[in-house]
Amino acid sequence: MLRRTIPIIILSATGTMLVVAYFSPFTLSWGETVLDWFNILAAVAFVLGAGNLLAVNLEKVSSRKAGWAYAAITLLSFAAMFIFGIFKVGAVPNPSAPDVHLAGAYEGLPSAFGWMYEYVLSPLTATMFAMLAFYVASAAFRAFRAKNVEAILLLGTAFIILLGRTAAATLLTGWIPVDSAFAVLRLDNVTTAVTEHVSTAGMRAITIGIALGVAATSLRLLLGIDRSYLSKG
Amino acid sequence: MTTDEHNTAGGLRAQLARVSNLDRRWIFLAMGLAVGVPILLKLRFPEVPGPLAIATFNAIEAVPEGSRVLIAFDYDPASEGELQPMANAMLHHCASRKHKMVFIALWPLGKQMADETIKNVLLAFHPQYQYGTDYVQLGYKAGNESVIKMMTTNIPQAFPSDASGKTLSELPLVADLESVQQVELIITFSAGYPGAKEWVQYAKSSYPDDFVLVAGSTGVQANQLFPYYPKQMEGMLAAIKGAAEYEMLVTAKYPVTKDKERFEEGRRRMGPQLVAHLLMIGLILLGNVAMVAGRSRQSRGGQGAVR
Amino acid sequence: MPMPHLTRMPSFKAFFAILLCVAPVATIAVAMPPNPENVTAVDKPGDAGATVLLRWTVPADAGATNARVEQRVTRDGASVAEEWTLVEVVAADAGSGDGFAITDLPPDSASSGSSLPIAFRVALIGSDGEISPFVESSPVVARRNWFMTSRLNLLIVLSIVCGAVVLWILLARAGRSVKIRRIAALEAIDEAVGRATEMGRSVLFVPGIQDMNDIQTVAGVTVLGHVAKTAAEYDAVLEVPTSRSLVMTAARETVQAAHFAAGRPETYDAGRINYITDEQFGYVAYVTGKMVREKPAACFYMGAFYAESLLFAENGNSIGAIQIAGTAEPSQLPFFVAACDYTLIGEEFFAASAYLSGERDQLGSIKGQDLGKFLTGAAIIIGSLLATAASLAPSGSFASASAAYQAFFGG
Repeated sequence: MLRRTIPIIILSATGTMLVVAYFSPFTLSWGETVLDWFNILAAVAFVLGAGNLLAVNLEKVSSRKAGWAYAAITLLSFAAMFIFGIFKVGAVPNPSAPDVHLAGAYEGLPSAFGWMYEYVLSPLTATMFAMLAFYVASAAFRAFRAKNVEAILLLGTAFIILLGRTAAATLLTGWIPVDSAFAVLRLDNVTTAVTEHVSTAGMRAITIGIALGVAATSLRLLLGIDRSYLSKG
Repeated sequence: MTTDEHNTAGGLRAQLARVSNLDRRWIFLAMGLAVGVPILLKLRFPEVPGPLAIATFNAIEAVPEGSRVLIAFDYDPASEGELQPMANAMLHHCASRKHKMVFIALWPLGKQMADETIKNVLLAFHPQYQYGTDYVQLGYKAGNESVIKMMTTNIPQAFPSDASGKTLSELPLVADLESVQQVELIITFSAGYPGAKEWVQYAKSSYPDDFVLVAGSTGVQANQLFPYYPKQMEGMLAAIKGAAEYEMLVTAKYPVTKDKERFEEGRRRMGPQLVAHLLMIGLILLGNVAMVAGRSRQSRGGQGAVR
Repeated sequence: MPMPHLTRMPSFKAFFAILLCVAPVATIAVAMPPNPENVTAVDKPGDAGATVLLRWTVPADAGATNARVEQRVTRDGASVAEEWTLVEVVAADAGSGDGFAITDLPPDSASSGSSLPIAFRVALIGSDGEISPFVESSPVVARRNWFMTSRLNLLIVLSIVCGAVVLWILLARAGRSVKIRRIAALEAIDEAVGRATEMGRSVLFVPGIQDMNDIQTVAGVTVLGHVAKTAAEYDAVLEVPTSRSLVMTAARETVQAAHFAAGRPETYDAGRINYITDEQFGYVAYVTGKMVREKPAACFYMGAFYAESLLFAENGNSIGAIQIAGTAEPSQLPFFVAACDYTLIGEEFFAASAYLSGERDQLGSIKGQDLGKFLTGAAIIIGSLLATAASLAPSGSFASASAAYQAFFGG
């Protein structure tokens, strides 16, 4: 009973108070304060997450489960970055306190932490992101099928944008004079028109729907009608 | 049609229909080549600045020379490909206009991106810039949109010190900086959340007349930002094409004499982009042809079986 | 610069030339603009306390183009600073109507932020730069007010939208029929979990990459409750990798509750709900690797997603999983629509929890949301008609109505 009632009371009281606070200059900063509390809570919970990560991977390694070598690499990387960060290995001395090692800057080169960022994390992150190019191509190949009128319209728009967002726009329709009556047919202009009018109109409609959905969901939570996120215990 | 011709047509149709189930590794290979070959051949195509790039350039030009500018690096290495060319060109543009720059980051790795850009562009092309008086690096601050909200009321609370630990009062450029309303221009290089949308919602919407807001955005995010342009965002660069067009405008007015490639990154990346887009169009067409071939095979399936 | 041709002029010509040069100076000397009149400074009502409205009138035929506004902080009737400081040089008529708004007033360091009385003075500047004597206003304090009138429009809209939702909740409670259209993506949850059970493979649930302070994560976790209950009933294995510690805790609570609700508390395994990393692409690498190795039969993506959406969905597609996605990130919707079997688009995602609960109260809130949408649509149509009419007759009553309408909505 208490595990459900107390959280709902806290949620309803805090939520209502913050909505009201938004309209008064005296209470305007309450929202920021609450967000600060949340950040502190999330930072503390990070310890919980790190503990879970260690426990799961240590268990994998000790029981030699399938893929335990990956778990070992995870643990090694975790330990290395932790040590590099905490002890500021290779930190650049701080000019105002050159003798105090822990006052040094450790985020950039040539510190160990900065090196790992520059030469390991940064390329790995970029690689993962770059994989999107391949997945976009395979998804487009599979999904863009002219099965009905709407799909044909979608397909046509996709071609316009794909061409219009590259130099193809200039190569194909660049010969149409900018100040002529046919300038609207230039691919770059068609692309701009599609993006600014058609796409933006659709995006606005979706955004309005989302905003109303957020309002209704928030209200259900504040009124205690939706309790599905709470434990039943 | 003779039986042979019919069989040949049927065979072609069958082969085309099989393309529907093309192993996606072939697509990956084709995309790899479409991007890799133009990079190796250094393919370049002509670009013409579009209205968005021109509006962005003009918005920055309209800010009085020597103004105080806040630049937020809200991205990480994943979006470097799209946003770094914009960041390079905009820093060069701002420095050429003698603007004083305050750097912040709402993304944990944004500070490193800013540091790199300061080193490679600001100090390399404008060595007269002095830390503390001409530019300040406030670093990363956790809290997403709450940081923006705090910066509209109390910057020293959001950033009590700069990235190296100096208090703001020690740095002449930011000693009197109480809120973002005191800067003339805010630039955000935005890869997602928190980013341009949050700057519009929590800063520009509350103080529409106090500063100019300009965003450099990834292509994926651009559609979401179009509703804010031009009323709530005076300028916006969308994806690598926006960067390429803006680079052209900036280097035309403020040319550089050394390391010109630094401001040609956007245009250089447009070559692979064109070939990749053409490949995608080809793949989509191929997929549709395969679908049509498959349909017609299905509709003739009974007869085919009899033969 | 020497002017040889002038030196060769006859003396009377030189006299006229000098006269012509001096004449404008003489004119300047006599063309000083008159003083501004009715200089008053008032605190801007309904604001956060940093703005003063300064009003003045320009006498008829004053010939002034600009006005110079200066300010001086006072305390207890005496000025704190000796010097007047320039606020701005503005158009001469800037003080008419509502007045010229002066913001960023100097804060009072002596009284914890509240503003001090500040006096203002205004002088008119003629087209030739000549400046009139200053006229001073009485000191004014920019006070903080209890309510920000600039947000009145938002309060009204908020009241209408929330009122519509509450109204429909009450109507639903009173027995009013609340019929909601079928949402295919939600109907497919049972099918997807059932398929995974039949195939003896797991179900993967990804609750986005944001923390619990994002409403999308909350919505995702509520859907997780339903998926977990179905999985518990079918005895399917549910895996929930999370990218935030707090989400892991909330997901564990929710899944445990679902197992209780399904009458299978003994099958709950906290070890299947793990924290991976806050780093976006590190998380992606883990989840996609898991997909490829373990080949879950059903994948759910419910929450806030960014660039990782397509990476997840394409990998899920390649392993032949049934994929159901839900997000309110407009930029990621196209990717999910292209690569997943079912997608909850924006508001559908938020309606999911209510839809799945089947409770009258919650279904009523969806009807209320629809009413809000209808009112928004009506407001857009009215605004469009007014703007069209205003463009056809720029000086008519429609134009002023359109301007007022836009001002209300902050346009």
